[in-house]
Amino acid sequence: MRYLAGRLIETVFLLIGVSFLTFLFSSLAPGSYLDEMRLNPQISSETLRSLRAEYQLDQPLPVRYARWAVSLARGELGYSFAYNSPVAPLLWVRARNTLLLTVTATLIAWALALPLGVWSAETLGRLPDRALSLVTALLLAIPDLVLALGLLILAARSGRLPTGGFVSVNFETLSPFEKLRDLASHMALPVATLVLTTLPVLLRHVRAAVAEVLDAPFLRAAAAHGIPRRKLLYGYALRAAAHPLISLFGFSVGTLLSGSLLVEIVMSWPGLGPLLLEAILARDLYVVIGTVLFSMVFLVMGNFLADVLLFWADPRIRSEASVK
Amino acid sequence: MIGRLQLKFWLVTLGVIHLAIVGAGFFAPYDPAEQDRENPYSPPMKIRLVDEHGRIHLRPFFYATRPSERSFGRVEEDPDKMGQMYFFVSGPSYRLLGFIPARLHLFGAEGSRFHLLGTDGFGRDLFSRILYGGQVSLLAGLLGAACTLLVGGLIGTTAGFYGGWRDVVFMRSAELFLALPWLYLLFALRAFLPLTVRPLEAFLLVVMVLGTVGWARPARLVRGVVLGAKERDFVRAARGFGASDGYLLARHILPETSGVLLTQAAILVPQFVLAEMTLSFLGLGVPEPAPSWGNLLAALQEYSVLVSYWWMYLPAFASIPFFVGYLGVANALHVDRMTGKIDSERR
Repeated sequence: MRYLAGRLIETVFLLIGVSFLTFLFSSLAPGSYLDEMRLNPQISSETLRSLRAEYQLDQPLPVRYARWAVSLARGELGYSFAYNSPVAPLLWVRARNTLLLTVTATLIAWALALPLGVWSAETLGRLPDRALSLVTALLLAIPDLVLALGLLILAARSGRLPTGGFVSVNFETLSPFEKLRDLASHMALPVATLVLTTLPVLLRHVRAAVAEVLDAPFLRAAAAHGIPRRKLLYGYALRAAAHPLISLFGFSVGTLLSGSLLVEIVMSWPGLGPLLLEAILARDLYVVIGTVLFSMVFLVMGNFLADVLLFWADPRIRSEASVK
Repeated sequence: MIGRLQLKFWLVTLGVIHLAIVGAGFFAPYDPAEQDRENPYSPPMKIRLVDEHGRIHLRPFFYATRPSERSFGRVEEDPDKMGQMYFFVSGPSYRLLGFIPARLHLFGAEGSRFHLLGTDGFGRDLFSRILYGGQVSLLAGLLGAACTLLVGGLIGTTAGFYGGWRDVVFMRSAELFLALPWLYLLFALRAFLPLTVRPLEAFLLVVMVLGTVGWARPARLVRGVVLGAKERDFVRAARGFGASDGYLLARHILPETSGVLLTQAAILVPQFVLAEMTLSFLGLGVPEPAPSWGNLLAALQEYSVLVSYWWMYLPAFASIPFFVGYLGVANALHVDRMTGKIDSERR
């Protein structure tokens, strides 16, 4: 338990560090939300000055950081200039949508990567393995932007799937089952893109990890004992290969978040991605900081989950931790 | 052995692609900003040898397009208006490599304008724009990678060679940078830089942003190599003979890092090209009218373009062989290093 507690404290410090860094960068940055207004002759410099005071843009950096920290403690995460509301409620809705997308994509990608990777490792160097390797190499070379746009074009031309958005306009009038179907059809394209971009990396790692274990003497002994092949592969080999794969899971959350950011924008999915882009374009400072921080929290949660899983799956870590 | 062969194959492939991009002026029939106002969103044209009446022509020709009479907003081939293709013709002037003035083009058309891959909404030749756009994207990738390798190499060498508190500080912050989702990092950095800038400045900005984002991985790898090299017997011997730090680094240690740096370069260049594409696609990178692979694709953000003008997606296809090539080189380099290691261990 102490091992996990140590990890938790580390992540808290990481978050504080990131929040401070983003603040520092933002204070170095030229321009502010009010720049657009300054060009507008109808807004007097009086108004601008009072707005600056209201948004506290005239305060020095430490003061602003302290105020922001206070609002963070109150659960507001600062104030959005463009939306004229505290940042946190804005983020919650968007974050929920992003999570919906990334969690689904993660589950599907792993559900595909594990059996395919094991199959590939089992037939190492033979036809299925070669075919899978070729496909992964190809998928690896197609960037997510290109893939997302390609799928979008296919969907638009076939007219079968919606090309953007979260739910249909008539969502409220649908029955629960139809609601689910509507949501699923809207999720299909972004999730497919995310799965296709993360799958090749996962597949390669599963293949490598399992192939390494398959050579081990204990597995040959187990095979000689007449343990069925399926149980051998999934019960023994995958278990022994779990360690690097769980670490990879922690890493893959980060890549998935990045991928999701772009996919959300391209497919106009109302997640954190479009919010961040809008905030950057409008110089909506606290929304930018809040979004980056939220993504960090997701990342940290993913890594923490990986740690917990590792703790559970790998007896070596448990004994190491208890020795300490 | 197979690694070598693979490496050669991919290097040649990449060489061809780079040649086409660098020599964009020669291969592209038109200037990337030149408009054909009569023909916005004209689809790719077919090169023909046989005409309407079944006659065979020795010189390749094509039919000009005209607005379709049947459906609004579409264009069709106009069998009355033919254009001939000529090779090695003189056309719009350009500067090869940015400074050699030239007029020679691989091909050109007479009688009508020829758009191999169609035109965009302003009637600009897409084929030419893809080639010229490659120059911008490629340069951003190369400069960004060079920046990153320089910064990463310096930090990695310092951390590995001198150790102590520098090692702790640099490697801790490297972990931080590696943990951050890189696109968020890229965006956050971009968010804090000026928004509306001229193309050249925007380009340099993009490169700068790219350069600062990726230093962590090469720094870690270089540090590892330097740490190993520092303890080699010949390095210790040289130190015993009174060699200075600078001499040791330049002569014995840094050459060892070349393999890692080369592989990293092959990984980083496409990554940065993609980053440039992403930023420009979202309007945060290289702005119009300068073409880049990213802002060429930006047209697809409009739904009508997405549905009706599929050829606007072609820049994406142009980038795929580029990525495949770099991936192949990185793989082959990796395999080469691995087999090289095994060979030297056997000896």
